[in-house]
Amino acid sequence: MPVNRVVITGRGAVSPFGLGVASLSEAVWNNSSGVKIIEEWRSVQGLHSFLAAPVPPFNAKERLPRTIRRTMGPMSIYATLAAQEAVADAEMSGDFLQSGAVGVVVGSTTGSPQTYEEFYRGFLPENNIEEVKSGVFFKIMGHSCSANICHALGINGEQWAPASACTSSSQALGLGYLLVRSGRQDALLCGGADEVHYTVSMVFDVVKAASRSNEMPESTPRPFDEKRDGVVCGGGSGVLVLERLDSARARGAKIYAEVIGFGNVNDSKHIANPHKQSMSRAIQNALNEAGLKAQDIDYVNAHATGTMLGDTAESLAIESVLGRGIPVSSLKGHFGHTLGAAGALETIVVLEMLDRQNLVPTLNLDKPDPKCADLHYVQAVSKHPLRTVIKNNFALGGVNTALVLRRWTDDI
Amino acid sequence: MTYEETIRQKVIEVLVDEFELDQELLQPEATLYDDLGLDSLDAVDMVVALEKAFGMKMNDEEKIRAVKTVDDLIRLIVSIGEQHAN
Repeated sequence: MPVNRVVITGRGAVSPFGLGVASLSEAVWNNSSGVKIIEEWRSVQGLHSFLAAPVPPFNAKERLPRTIRRTMGPMSIYATLAAQEAVADAEMSGDFLQSGAVGVVVGSTTGSPQTYEEFYRGFLPENNIEEVKSGVFFKIMGHSCSANICHALGINGEQWAPASACTSSSQALGLGYLLVRSGRQDALLCGGADEVHYTVSMVFDVVKAASRSNEMPESTPRPFDEKRDGVVCGGGSGVLVLERLDSARARGAKIYAEVIGFGNVNDSKHIANPHKQSMSRAIQNALNEAGLKAQDIDYVNAHATGTMLGDTAESLAIESVLGRGIPVSSLKGHFGHTLGAAGALETIVVLEMLDRQNLVPTLNLDKPDPKCADLHYVQAVSKHPLRTVIKNNFALGGVNTALVLRRWTDDI
Repeated sequence: MTYEETIRQKVIEVLVDEFELDQELLQPEATLYDDLGLDSLDAVDMVVALEKAFGMKMNDEEKIRAVKTVDDLIRLIVSIGEQHAN
């Protein structure tokens, strides 16, 4: 089986800062926060966190025809718009896109929670399905995002939908990397999506891991900060085009970075608690696959969501593999934890960092927690030589992933 | 406005709203599948929307399957309405 080099040739984003990669980058470089208080959540009995980073409202009718949109919940709409942007960014022709050589790997935590709620609110009072519309199943099925992207864009290659909560899109990038590397596909649209809903934030609230800084939405979450108090969930979608280097070169495509390693392990110890050694193993496996040593890594974009246990464990894992003093930051302070979209949206910002040779800080990190490892916690946008970086993402369920990305220069 | 005209107007409102159609397309002889671009999933949603709008059940699947045009649909609704009235 051939082993192909895998490069990133397209990017698409729908984020708490709106539609498009440009609005995401601009907001991050301006140190903006997408976190808001959601007043209607105050009526949910037992919920303590009323914070989220939702995608700002937009009119989907103006962007997708009804025949495409009717089977989409919000997350599938986000994913499809992100996919469209990624395809346009990669300047893929319609013929290539629909040749069978291009596929889709886009995951999410679940199908649309908003649609689940609407269905059960209609069904349960009278145990009655008579008013159920035909599109409901297609909005809540686990592969709603990837199937709808294929349908909307006419993509008829391989279709996958990793569902692993907060690592759905990092696993999608990893799987896409493996599929292109092995030669099964010339290119894959890889990423993930999720939507803001109180039943999602509730997951973290129940286990006392959701931020309760309700009166100061723009000051939370606070990854690595000693006063951090938990996660704020966000919505959106990130999609990246992963492509065989030869294919990208033959098309004359702009190359953003090369994917050179992927670690993906389960800790097998605890379904919810972070596990430092397992996080280390994911990072080490990615490093080994890339054939690199610790000193080759210039920066780590952390998963760090702002929980007491998770951030500490991750910092110690990074230190154990990469040593003290390595530059580290998390993007959760800017746009919350976008769950299934997190790995891809954050990777898009990392690509921009590679291009600008800039480190982006962890927003809301005022004083690093002394319980966290002795790393270089980036606290301001700053110039820094960046060639090879690691992108971490971890998930409830014990999943730990790490992706190694190398800046593209034509002499590589 | 006659009873049938009232029904016609309401059916057209439902179709325009449910399927985001241009009202000018909804001519009596327009076929639901070819001219309006509806499909089997839309047919399910059309019945749900019409049942809700008119507060009645459309249980005769054979008669529903026989509907080809906008006019066929309006005649079916009128006949169901008359059965209810009787």
